[in-house]
Amino acid sequence: MDYHWNWGIFLEQVKAGEETYLHWLVTGLGWTLAVSLAAWLLALLLGITVGTLRTVPHKGLAVLGATWVELFRNIPLLVQMFLWFFVVPELLPPDWGLWVKQDMLAKEFVTAALCLGLFTSARVAEQVRAGVGSLARGQRDAALALGLTLPQAYRHVILPQALRIVIPPLTSEFMNVFKNSSIAFAIGVMELTFQARQMQEDSEQGIETYLAVTLLYFICAFAANRGMAWIEARSRVPGLIAKPG
Amino acid sequence: MLRRLSTPLILALLIAPAFAQEAGTLKKIKDGGSITLGIRESSYPLSYLDEKQQPIGYHIDICNRIVDAVKAKLKLPGLKVQHQTVTSQNRIPLVSNGTVDLECGSTTNNEARQKQVAFAPTTFITNVRMAVKKASGIQSLGQLGGKPVATTTGTTSVQLMRAHEKGKGVDFKEIYGKDHADSFLMLETDRAVAFVMDDNLLAGLIATSKAPNNYAIVGEVLSIEPIAIMLRRGDPEFKKVVDDTVKGLMKSGEIDKLYARWFMSPIPPKQVNLNFPMSELLKFLIASPSDAPAESF
Repeated sequence: MDYHWNWGIFLEQVKAGEETYLHWLVTGLGWTLAVSLAAWLLALLLGITVGTLRTVPHKGLAVLGATWVELFRNIPLLVQMFLWFFVVPELLPPDWGLWVKQDMLAKEFVTAALCLGLFTSARVAEQVRAGVGSLARGQRDAALALGLTLPQAYRHVILPQALRIVIPPLTSEFMNVFKNSSIAFAIGVMELTFQARQMQEDSEQGIETYLAVTLLYFICAFAANRGMAWIEARSRVPGLIAKPG
Repeated sequence: MLRRLSTPLILALLIAPAFAQEAGTLKKIKDGGSITLGIRESSYPLSYLDEKQQPIGYHIDICNRIVDAVKAKLKLPGLKVQHQTVTSQNRIPLVSNGTVDLECGSTTNNEARQKQVAFAPTTFITNVRMAVKKASGIQSLGQLGGKPVATTTGTTSVQLMRAHEKGKGVDFKEIYGKDHADSFLMLETDRAVAFVMDDNLLAGLIATSKAPNNYAIVGEVLSIEPIAIMLRRGDPEFKKVVDDTVKGLMKSGEIDKLYARWFMSPIPPKQVNLNFPMSELLKFLIASPSDAPAESF
């Protein structure tokens, strides 16, 4: 293959401007982090709530939780992105729709973070439900027998154990958020994948561009992994979760 | 031992691909008994798919003439012609790695690309302008201050818009579609008040839209770009066949007929006439063919 390599491309100026290509990638990384972290915060809040609702002895709440999870889990993320961006504004009253489409602040970012957050919340909810389900039934019965109300039993007995148990699977979800955020380019968020496409088009150094972007995504996901491992270690209560050996 | 071996080994691996190219495209075509054309799915009317999903268009016609010339040169009347769909992202890698021999799409010939590939003489000139809804009353880029303006990611139009903003002190709200159809959808659904792109592509999108009469192409020309057929770099033998064929079409006036067929008469799939008269610049480039990049204009 007759490819013209140029690893110095990152420090070169872009065609129409004074900034360098590196500046583009760093800006892209900033948006990737912003979308991912906002989505993760939303996913944790909603996911823990919905996951917990699926375990309480109340039919209506359980159905609500199940609907939530199945709705966001069974539609491809890219399709959800387009639904929120192109379809939902058309369903609003015309004035609101136009506001969302033209005047809303950082509309691409808000749409992407909301969409990715809701999608991930369904997955977090399933992990949390599994965590609660993995506890011995005696834990809840004992808490209720001691005179705690059901919310108190969740607050002081069930969730503190269940959430510690699900840290490892949640680590995977956290890493997935960074990787899934790349889909936000499709609705025009200027994140890392978006900047990579721009840089490739502008510089024609596609291989260097995508190798650099691959490395940046890897670093993001790996940092998420290490961060969660640190939280796991810090939140461990000796004897609470049996360790092998 | 391993470390001592590894340096020459890595060097050999880096150099090997450079040698693999030596054979040249004509030899590759002769040995393989086939030529692969890179085609686009919706670059109206240069290269797109008809109702039967067959590639048609102005550049496809020109490429077919080049294929005929290759057949004659290699004395291979039964040469097989294969089509490979390409996108803005993969067209250059696919040409340089040998998957595609001749890219018959709508590629701007510019300096950055000339480092990776070579171009036939310019066969079309596109002007980057904007499509708007007629009802909006917008006539000029100056009216777009503070308004959302769409363009497609990974295209040269993005940089052109930014450069224009800096130069004129206008502040658009740029929004980006992942392909031309998405960007047009943004204009259609009022997410954007204008869509900045190559004017022939805009004309094609408008012609195939639900209500072609609602849209107009207006405003200043942001950039003039030479569009050409693309081939591998550093292959003078093949380039000569391509160049001679294209120059022959220009000299005999046949290219004017091809142009009229695709730009000035009804074309599939909807039998719409794009009504796109040949620009003075293209007339000049047909009289004196050139493969100079956009930067030289």
